[in-house]
Amino acid sequence: MIKFEINGRSVSVGADPETPLLWAIRDEIGLTGTKFGCGIGMCGACTVHVGGRATRSCITALVDVEGTKITTIEGLDDQANHPVQEAWRNLRVPQCGYCQSGQIMQAAALLQDIPAPTDDDIDAVMTGNLCRCMTYPRIRQAVREAATAMTGAQENG
Amino acid sequence: MLKNIFLGALAIGVTGAIGFGVYAYKSPIAAITSDQHAEFDPELVEKGRVLASAGYCATCHTASDGEPYAGNYAMQTSFGTLYSTNLTPAMETGIGSYSVEAFRRAMHEGVDRDGRHLFPAFPYDHFTKMTDEDVDAIYAYIMTEVAPIETVQKPNELPFPLDQRFLQAGWKLLFADLGRFEPDSDHSDAWNRGAYLAEGLTHCGACHTPRNALGAEKTSEQYAGADIDKWSAPALTAANASSVPWTASEFKSYLVKGTTNYHGVAAGPMGPVVHEGVRDLPEGDLDALAIYLADKVGATEDDPAQSEVVLASLRKNQPDPQYRRDLGERLYATACASCHYNTALISQGRPDLGINSATNLETPNNLIHVILDGMNAPEGIAGVVMPGFRGALSDTEITAIAAYLRDNRAGQPAWPNLAKTVADLRASGPAVH
Repeated sequence: MIKFEINGRSVSVGADPETPLLWAIRDEIGLTGTKFGCGIGMCGACTVHVGGRATRSCITALVDVEGTKITTIEGLDDQANHPVQEAWRNLRVPQCGYCQSGQIMQAAALLQDIPAPTDDDIDAVMTGNLCRCMTYPRIRQAVREAATAMTGAQENG
Repeated sequence: MLKNIFLGALAIGVTGAIGFGVYAYKSPIAAITSDQHAEFDPELVEKGRVLASAGYCATCHTASDGEPYAGNYAMQTSFGTLYSTNLTPAMETGIGSYSVEAFRRAMHEGVDRDGRHLFPAFPYDHFTKMTDEDVDAIYAYIMTEVAPIETVQKPNELPFPLDQRFLQAGWKLLFADLGRFEPDSDHSDAWNRGAYLAEGLTHCGACHTPRNALGAEKTSEQYAGADIDKWSAPALTAANASSVPWTASEFKSYLVKGTTNYHGVAAGPMGPVVHEGVRDLPEGDLDALAIYLADKVGATEDDPAQSEVVLASLRKNQPDPQYRRDLGERLYATACASCHYNTALISQGRPDLGINSATNLETPNNLIHVILDGMNAPEGIAGVVMPGFRGALSDTEITAIAAYLRDNRAGQPAWPNLAKTVADLRASGPAVH
């Protein structure tokens, strides 16, 4: 049994230790907000946070996350009101929506490390998250808007 | 410019007043009634349909929201906006009262049935070259097949005195070379057929020949290219800017299909010329147009497919040989940068690979191990993982990423035997600690 914490809840998964984390999240734990895209860590659709850092769950072995704290899109904010999620809704970012949980998780991690990213920063960090609907301009705008909201909130104490 | 036009027009009006008055006067031609509308041979009607199509009459005689041939299409000119006339056989506002003689006079001389001079936005300076037979066929088609629609003609928006129709006779005197097409015996029958069509019915020069200050085509600069509706109508002469020379077969493809292998497509104002126009012509006529235009543009028979400019353009479609290194850069951007990118400061959770030990060591092994098998929770920063790319990236791809990091990011000399090291480390299986 491999134990870890997911969205604040302790879980034990009895699958093969080499099972991709994504399989465990979707099929064993039943959180299906995280999506399967390419299966080789090249598209970003499966992005979750492991220890607070954006991680491609499709190529991360279950055994490697023993004892870690994992956050998925379902756990990013209790009310689904993380500033990135709010910006996502306000700007109607998604088109088909398939990549958006990965995009949002990556963007949230980006803003932790780089609170006021330039467009180049956004492009560099978000390039690994593909959007088949080509909504990149809106994705970038949402990241900027979320950054403004988050730094503003900090300044206002 | 408007002032010059004004003065020029005024000068024409005053100095030539007497003789001009005689010249300019055109008598009305008696109206016919609907009872006098003739029955036409269906073959003539069909011939007229093709000719009307190839002259794209309907394009300028149909308003954007109007019935076919019912007029009021707005033509923006540098002198003001003109609205085309109703060309349907409607008795009151169309040409239902035109006898075939009146129609011929309009086409050949630019004078309406009442004897009024038509504005040269109507390219009678081209249609004047058409034979009576062809003009009659168009008449037969319009009177037989076009539905009569009564419309209210919108007034033209021209400043005085440009709106004075009798002055149009002066324009005609100065600029219009009225008369039927005359074959050039130096050229083939096909060339002459093409010239007849191009200079008459299809009025290519109306857009492709530059105009003077009074809006007349500069005959000395035939087909030299001009602007039309904020598009460029390219030169149909040796001055044509295409990097690949036009050929007769290119012209024919363009006129039939609206597209070519080496020059692009019929777009903008040229779109209807092809798609509502000349493509309806019989094949022999399209060949003739192509032969004529190819001669005008100075085409050779060389196959463009073998020309150096085409081959060079094709080569540029191919990935640059630098692609191998760029592959590494691109893979890095996609697979690595989301976690390893840093902005003004390096953050601990974002190992910066340019200065990272793994990329600066004498051997690539550490770097390759981590790329292959990642980092589990107890390694590195506790509770954080890096996925391994053993199952995701090929040896070639991992080699490319490593080479990119070594050269471009670390600025170190290339690792010898990098590809072999990648293959060896993969074969030795995941590291067990």
